[in-house]
Amino acid sequence: MRKQKLVVVGNGMAGIRAVEELLKLAPDLYDITVFGAEPHGNYNRILLSPVLAGEMTINDIILNPLGWYADNGVRLHVGKTVTKIDRTARKVIAEDGTEEEYDRLLLATGSTPFILPIPGRDLPGVISYRDIRDTDEMIATAATHKHAVVIGGGLLGLEAANGLKLRGMDVTVVHLMPWLMERQLDRAAADMLKTSLEARGLKFLLEKQTEALIRGTGDTNAGRVCALRFKPAPGFDPGDGLEIPADLVVMAAGIRPNTALAESARLYCNRGIVVNDTMQTYDPRIYAVGECVAHRGIAYGLVAPLFEQAKVCANHLANFGIARYTGSVLSTKLKVTGIDLFSAGNFMGGEGTDEIVLNDPSGGVYKKLVVKNDTLVGAVLYGDTADGAWYFQLVKDAQNIHEIRDHLMFGQSHGGAGLGDCGHAGKTLAATLADDAQVCGCNGVCKGDIVKAIKSQGLFTLDDVRKHTKASSSCGSCTGLVEQILASTVGGAYTPSESKDKPICGCTDHSHGVVRQTIRERHLLTIPAAMHYMEWKTPNGCASCRPALNYYLISTWPGEAKDDPQSRFVNERAHANIQKDGTYSVVPRMWGGLTTPAELRVIADVAEKYEVPTVKMTGGARIDLLGIKKSDLPKVWADLGAAGMVSGHAYGKSIRTVKTCVGAEHCRFGTQRSMEMGVKLEKMLFGMWSPHKVKLAVSGCPRNCAEAGIKDIGVIGVDSGYELYVAGNGGIKTEVAQFLCKVKSDEEVMEYSGAFLQLYREEGFYLERTCHYVARVGLDHVKAAVVNDPQRRKDLFERLLFALQDYEDPWQAAVQKPAVRREYEVIRIAEVAAEVMA
Amino acid sequence: MNDWIKVCALDEIAPQGSRVVASSQGDIALFRTADDRVFGLHDKCPHKGGPLSQGIVHGDTVTCPLHGFKIGLKDGEAVAPDKGCARRFAVKLDGGAVWLQLS
Repeated sequence: MRKQKLVVVGNGMAGIRAVEELLKLAPDLYDITVFGAEPHGNYNRILLSPVLAGEMTINDIILNPLGWYADNGVRLHVGKTVTKIDRTARKVIAEDGTEEEYDRLLLATGSTPFILPIPGRDLPGVISYRDIRDTDEMIATAATHKHAVVIGGGLLGLEAANGLKLRGMDVTVVHLMPWLMERQLDRAAADMLKTSLEARGLKFLLEKQTEALIRGTGDTNAGRVCALRFKPAPGFDPGDGLEIPADLVVMAAGIRPNTALAESARLYCNRGIVVNDTMQTYDPRIYAVGECVAHRGIAYGLVAPLFEQAKVCANHLANFGIARYTGSVLSTKLKVTGIDLFSAGNFMGGEGTDEIVLNDPSGGVYKKLVVKNDTLVGAVLYGDTADGAWYFQLVKDAQNIHEIRDHLMFGQSHGGAGLGDCGHAGKTLAATLADDAQVCGCNGVCKGDIVKAIKSQGLFTLDDVRKHTKASSSCGSCTGLVEQILASTVGGAYTPSESKDKPICGCTDHSHGVVRQTIRERHLLTIPAAMHYMEWKTPNGCASCRPALNYYLISTWPGEAKDDPQSRFVNERAHANIQKDGTYSVVPRMWGGLTTPAELRVIADVAEKYEVPTVKMTGGARIDLLGIKKSDLPKVWADLGAAGMVSGHAYGKSIRTVKTCVGAEHCRFGTQRSMEMGVKLEKMLFGMWSPHKVKLAVSGCPRNCAEAGIKDIGVIGVDSGYELYVAGNGGIKTEVAQFLCKVKSDEEVMEYSGAFLQLYREEGFYLERTCHYVARVGLDHVKAAVVNDPQRRKDLFERLLFALQDYEDPWQAAVQKPAVRREYEVIRIAEVAAEVMA
Repeated sequence: MNDWIKVCALDEIAPQGSRVVASSQGDIALFRTADDRVFGLHDKCPHKGGPLSQGIVHGDTVTCPLHGFKIGLKDGEAVAPDKGCARRFAVKLDGGAVWLQLS
């Protein structure tokens, strides 16, 4: 079959991103030809500012060097501007006469700077700020001239002004509006920004309209721009002067979608090339993405939406046709080193909105949150943008913030993101970090490493950064910091992933929520069936999605779906905990933390017999036998089993331990028999798999010696019964458990706890701890199911007990069943004999 | 040239699973893919020496259980952007049995 021909007009970030996405989805579907007016491969236009500021070079910002096109079989015409589309003959024609036929055409012609229609706009020394050529000219002029004027106090203008200042020029920013960046900032934040930029030596003239640019007549500037003249404002004082010197004028007064080519081909344009939700123009063979496009009446000028459009367009070009672009919520980050500024969504407020404001001018911090109907719709942050990514996520997800409204202003964890986090020395503000400050404590990654990788590798997403640097890829506690670094390095191009809709992994476009729901609704029972029905992109998934699918299947269809050991992480397949040297650890079960002299003797015997190098107490108050060879595991379990002991689930996404204090059995303060309660709970939950690990604790009185306040379920005995707390976490990020309800009897503790855990098992996403699950669905949702609705509670509890019945002791299976035991056996070969024969 | 050594029956390796063979050249991991191809790699991740045999097998790749490096089964190479290579051993299937050649 003849390959179809795809022609792309525009070799910029949107067009090439669409090509890259298309190559990922359908590498062999098209012969692809790209036209680019500039003489370079695709480069990262956003990073022209750091190039101007002298922090990077042009080579650093090339995203697709010319070799990339050749490697991917993409034909590239550089330096050729397409001037005509012949829609009847389905071909495009360039300025130099080059013709290319197309089956489908993608327009990514970008935008053109708006040039003020004033006298002198054509003079040498008057430029816009759009491409490498403009940047080179600014750098060259800065070396020979003194006075620069930037017209336009928006994002681009300020970055240009900052760069020219750093290159040694005397810079004045002229702005028509009463405050800077009025499209991204409210006045209070803009005034703080202005003060801080003035401290760096920039000058500002606000509410000034330029009337003309003046031609120089002196020896050094003949024929070149030499000054800028304003229109006299009403009430003008002649003493103020109407002219300022200008050897270089940068017009940064906005951009206009470049629709000239589309209009000449009679494609419908209205403030941009009009496209539908699959990025098609009124001629369905012709697509358009990027700054040249008007989608639902909006033309976007930041990169993040363009990437979303590119992805949808590629999906449609690949004949998948399932993706739709429905518009973007925007966020902005000014890329001026040392200034921390963030805005997102509707930050100006308006009818029906409330504003929550924190203003500390001396401290240099200003925050405004705009709330409408209990959802966050916009935010402006100045001086402390640590929570920017979190707020942006709330805006994009339109999450109900009713429950957290009272402390929303104080960030993700009441009083600053990072409270309870560890691993990066308590730092929460990336902007103040030095380049050699360690950000990721797990993998030893410093801020400078991350910034370098983002710039040199052209990274735009958190996942990219994780893959290339390993930062935030282990425990994730530094994710907030990494996101901040990403946001300040790539500015408006940064998009936090939408947590609710994020695909499980690269094998599918479906989110955890959709996959769970589909498995339930379609009664899917095996991993191949689920992958087939949901059109997985890889033949058998990966190490991320297979364990998730396996969990969703067995938790949704207990007794029907069969567990797949090959889709479990090794610990759950081998029923022991792998260590760095490939040996395993065994933690014999001690129900509720109780043991006997006889059991201790068995453990001691096992430790000696198998030469266990390390014996220690675990965090859950059990005994850990570390350094056991895999081939010895069944023997260890056989010895433990012979003494009536079972091993423990100290390794799985499962019930771990129930920690207890001595309680009323012995303690003079104890009000409830906490050890007994703990044993009952641990026995009830034996063999329970869950989205993530589950830890419980039972304390006999409010002194809470079992530390129940940081457990997934914490039970605290009081004289009149028990208080139940849920969704605590003592790990990566300390989270205090929240009060669920009070109950009277042991039976109620079991029923309420079981119902809560079953709800989590049914609704939680794989690898989502209870604290994250409850943060996502809200404690009210949990209470409605577990506390306020007795029938639902009973149903949940019964489903849990049903799923847990007939759980087979996996350790004895490994001892007794040859097929299972094989997993533990090393194959020995007759190597010497073979060599002799050879 | 060394001879082929018969190691085990194909059935003794689970689909998408692996077995470890002890040899004079160190532990060798034998992997069986979902479509019943078999590959042999030195059982040591090029990253930090993790036992690749204990990883999850998917497609032509195994993910190391220690830190999630993905290693190609055909060539032993880490999947980009990670770098590194695990030594390959020649493996063939013949008459329902798995054969290994020590290099």
